[in-house]
Amino acid sequence: MATEPNNTPATNTKVIAKLLVTVAAMFGFGFALVPLYDVFCDFTGLNGKTGEQVNSFNSYEADTSREIKVEFLTSLNEYMPWEFKATQDSVIVHPGQPIKIDFLVRNKTDKDMIGQAIPSVAPGLAAKYFQKTECFCFTEQKLKAGEEKVMPVVFIVDPSISEDINEITLSYTFFIKPGTEGAKRRVKTSSISKTLANHTN
Amino acid sequence: MSAVIEEHHDDHHDHKPTGIGRWLFSTNHKDIGTMYLWFSFTMLFIGGALALVIRAELFQPGLQFVEPEFFNQMTTLHGLIMVFGVIMPAFVGLANWMVPMMIGAPDMALPRMNNWSFWLLPGAFGLLIASLIMSIMGMGSAPNFGWTFYAPLSTTYGPDSTDYFIFSVHMMGISSIMGAINIIATIINMRAPGMTYMKMPIFVWTWFITAYLLIAVMPVLAGVVTMMLTDRNFGTSFFNAAGGGDPVLFQHVFWFFGHPEVYIMILPAFGIISQIVPTFARKRIFGYSSMVYATSSIAFLSFIVWAHHMFTTGMPVATELFFMYATMLIAVPTGVKVFNWVSTMWKGSMTFETPMLFAIGFIFMFSIGGFTGLMLAIVAADFQYHDTYFVVAHFHYVLVTGALYAIFAAIYFWLPKWTGNMYNEKMGKIHFWISTISVNLLFFPMHFVGLAGMPRRIPDYNIQFAEFNQWASVGAFIFGFSQLILLYNVVSTIRGRKHVKATDQVWEGAEGLEWTLPSPAPFHSFTTPPTVK
Repeated sequence: MATEPNNTPATNTKVIAKLLVTVAAMFGFGFALVPLYDVFCDFTGLNGKTGEQVNSFNSYEADTSREIKVEFLTSLNEYMPWEFKATQDSVIVHPGQPIKIDFLVRNKTDKDMIGQAIPSVAPGLAAKYFQKTECFCFTEQKLKAGEEKVMPVVFIVDPSISEDINEITLSYTFFIKPGTEGAKRRVKTSSISKTLANHTN
Repeated sequence: MSAVIEEHHDDHHDHKPTGIGRWLFSTNHKDIGTMYLWFSFTMLFIGGALALVIRAELFQPGLQFVEPEFFNQMTTLHGLIMVFGVIMPAFVGLANWMVPMMIGAPDMALPRMNNWSFWLLPGAFGLLIASLIMSIMGMGSAPNFGWTFYAPLSTTYGPDSTDYFIFSVHMMGISSIMGAINIIATIINMRAPGMTYMKMPIFVWTWFITAYLLIAVMPVLAGVVTMMLTDRNFGTSFFNAAGGGDPVLFQHVFWFFGHPEVYIMILPAFGIISQIVPTFARKRIFGYSSMVYATSSIAFLSFIVWAHHMFTTGMPVATELFFMYATMLIAVPTGVKVFNWVSTMWKGSMTFETPMLFAIGFIFMFSIGGFTGLMLAIVAADFQYHDTYFVVAHFHYVLVTGALYAIFAAIYFWLPKWTGNMYNEKMGKIHFWISTISVNLLFFPMHFVGLAGMPRRIPDYNIQFAEFNQWASVGAFIFGFSQLILLYNVVSTIRGRKHVKATDQVWEGAEGLEWTLPSPAPFHSFTTPPTVK
């Protein structure tokens, strides 16, 4: 029982030192959450992150008894001036069967630009089973002014995917590579209020 | 029937510094506590004024007074000021005043740091409010992304003043961390002989645990705003998908801070209620040790429930179920507390002075907020309630009729000890009843419009919600202006003309070291430590 008041500089310093170490550790923990979160998402496939599931060989036998509909969604980040679409809206696949789909991208500007496509899979739990052998999202895409490009994706749906999943959506968002030509880090507030004014009028 | 024992005693003459220097350079726990409380009171009126702008705009559907963009700034600053500028400083102020007196110490353990942690706050809030003043003067928007400052609203789309906001949050965080270190050092090192941990008053216990929560999560808040800062200004991409980051990560890090934060704002309130109820029931608190364990369990559980704020971000069912059950588990220790308060009142000889009225109001209305919290914890139901006025109703019941009512109760309870004068009891009761009726008129209809689907943070709404919103707005203005009664009562009690002098014990049923000191409490509390049996 610590009952004597022991408010000496030494005892106080001990308490302060311990608490300051905790503060520093928790500040670090906040930053540690960033890689932890990525590891967690990659490991579980939560959040629709496909991670690096590159499958370079056909190790599956196609399960012809099942059919899964894979839909394609393309979108552009707010200031991306390119044109981007899939050559088909959806495809019916058997799990284990490799499929190649082409996407079209065109740089509509008169400047050379670098873009990066970020994939996302819904439902999130399907992400782990959605494996890409080849994808334009693995690398940055450099497009000259006005250039058009056909970009293939080859994927296989792992046959061990849950029986409950019959539909998968693969979504790509094209971003301007941060810090390169055309990239704006911040949106001017005035442009938001203009948009708002246009909506309310 | 009054619990006040009328008895006169001599005024105490203390040697205290005079002039502005007394406050600027103060190392006295009472003066610093007083400054914290006045700061909080000032912020209450500023944050309340912003709330009244919101309610005036929502009195009718359509746009009346403010542009949507300005409305967003109102909701943002109202939230930030009320959370960081009112509730937290008020509790720190009460801790400053009461913790040394309750444990038999002469002052706080680290008086100079105490001064610094207070004087950071006016700077922090000056910066935040400066952004609002600049916005009113047409020099760009104040923070407009909600008090939760979700990325990318606060990163990619944040106005220039976001950097003011970030610096302001950093300063508030440093202030809170230093305050917490001070309170922990005081409680560990400065208890009077015989004051073992399990003899400490519950208010001291709840603040002890709250201080640890602050130490654990304020650095995480500092981390998340630092990430925002570098995302905005130094080209990192923590929350920017274009650079490989993830906006949902923001929500995880923010709520890892944010959920313990809500317990930081309620645990000291539990402590206050646990001091007041036994006093006016004239019984010892029922289940002292279970109160301590319940508070600790709530603090522990608060770290593993954060994702219940984000059920709609697309988590897998297993994760949602985990966070749902963990959240519901918090109802158990909280239920223990409510049970103990009710059991303390059971067969007690109760009187209903203003602090007791606010305490009972707290128990009743905080429980309403607790129940709506349970409803929100249900994953399936949350998809319907998420981001509606039901959520607004829920957290205002726990924060206004919960935390703020506890602060009101504490002020009425300890004001006679601080000033040596009894406050005007009749005025206190009027304040309680007007506040309680108007606050329910204000927040109860929000449950209904929320269940019917009215979204929060939107300046316009469907005409079907008009009537309930009009009730709420009327309630808001009555509630807001009724706080002037408290201001008047506090100021006139401090001046003390025509007021009854308070005795040392103040309340008939009051027990504890703080009531053995004279009223008003001398400038230095226990210069020789008392002995606790």
